[in-house]
Amino acid sequence: MYEGAIQDLIDELGRLPGIGPKSAQRLAFHVLSADPIDVRRLAASLVKVKEVVKFCTICFNVAEDDKCRICRDPRRSDEILCVVEEPKDVVAIERTNEFRGRYHVLGGAINPLEGVGPDNLRVRELMQRLADGEVKELILATDPNTEGEATATYIALLVKPMGITVSRLASGLPVGGDLEYADEITLGRAFEGRRTI
Amino acid sequence: MAYVPGMRRPLQRDDAVVLRVQKLGESDRIITLLTRRHGRIRAVARGVRKMTSRYGARLEPFGHVDVQWALGSGLHTISQVEGLALLGKHFVEDYPRYTAACAIMETAERLTSEEDQPALRLFLLTLGALRALADGEHAGTLVLDAYLLRAMAHEGWAPALAECAVCATPGRHRAFSVAAGGCVCPNCRPPGAAHPHPLTIDLMIALLGGDWKTADAAEPAQRRECSGLVAAHLQWHMERALRSLPLVDRGERT
Ligand SMILES: [Zn+2]
Ligand SMILES: [Zn+2]
Repeated sequence: MYEGAIQDLIDELGRLPGIGPKSAQRLAFHVLSADPIDVRRLAASLVKVKEVVKFCTICFNVAEDDKCRICRDPRRSDEILCVVEEPKDVVAIERTNEFRGRYHVLGGAINPLEGVGPDNLRVRELMQRLADGEVKELILATDPNTEGEATATYIALLVKPMGITVSRLASGLPVGGDLEYADEITLGRAFEGRRTI
Repeated sequence: MAYVPGMRRPLQRDDAVVLRVQKLGESDRIITLLTRRHGRIRAVARGVRKMTSRYGARLEPFGHVDVQWALGSGLHTISQVEGLALLGKHFVEDYPRYTAACAIMETAERLTSEEDQPALRLFLLTLGALRALADGEHAGTLVLDAYLLRAMAHEGWAPALAECAVCATPGRHRAFSVAAGGCVCPNCRPPGAAHPHPLTIDLMIALLGGDWKTADAAEPAQRRECSGLVAAHLQWHMERALRSLPLVDRGERT
């Protein structure tokens, strides 16, 4: 245990996901020895991100406005909607240049062991978006792991009776992986080869 | 065996069920395993979330795996893994069964409160329940309730069903009290005891004893009542409520 400000910083860093006590300590001492200007810039961007960045009211992607850049773009198709877990998955798919429709960000995957059920995700909002009948195809691009697959199965169960084509990204994405780590080529191919479920 | 810094880390090998998978850092995972001979262990799997990992698919939840790990002072580290039966693929395409499997995993984890303590009976029960769930021969909720009843029996706090939970008078008693520990006779019945349908108690006895012929024939109303009593009895004995139990999809979608 350290005293005062340095221990406070270690404690705060240690609350971040994926940061253990040792990493928190390492990061805290890195900050301590860093240039004051760099530290000020880091602190400012931490504060700014909470003040400026909001969630798009339509697709729940990150946005600096009511609507995100993709929802505002008139050239994109409203007939095809891609469902992802997190905003970082939107970025990964956008990099492929394969997709010209719109997105819906669930905010995670169904994970009963962590207490996350359908009601904790933006599933109800998805169903509301689909209700007007404009969307013709729904692509389920949740992670190719157990929680992602189960989430896709659950949404397909709800959506299929509505007469919407539901497809899942093609295999080639290894099971157990994170979508964000797929390279553009693999992810692009998975898009092209998506299969109706 | 404790890990002594500076020494080559000793390796252990066992077969195990993957109970829980959590993200760690950029591309690692913490895997919680219920092993046959070493009880519940937690180990780091390095790089499994990278798309190039060959191990990722084998360390998904619900898998029965043959695993080798290096002992660490805190977390262990997985060094090799082979799939024996990757049961998860049976569940992800059947949402109600997926949620039942999650409740089985969480129960197994909670009943092994201490790591590295052998729990062979619970391992066998858990593996058996997952296999039955994957087979699909019986309804998922029945497999789950049978597992919960047997796991409770193994812990020594199964509900009394064929005698009074308080005075042990044998016989079929109509009242059921979670606080008293199961069925109670008219003399011992506390205020607020439930009065389940006699067939519901029959179903619970069948599930506990492995009488699937009786269990499979049970009506939906009895299955529902049975699930409610089993869940209430389980929660009463757990320090904290199970997170996955309220999320079990019992197929009552409208
Ligand atoms: Zn948007
Ligand atoms: Zn009595």
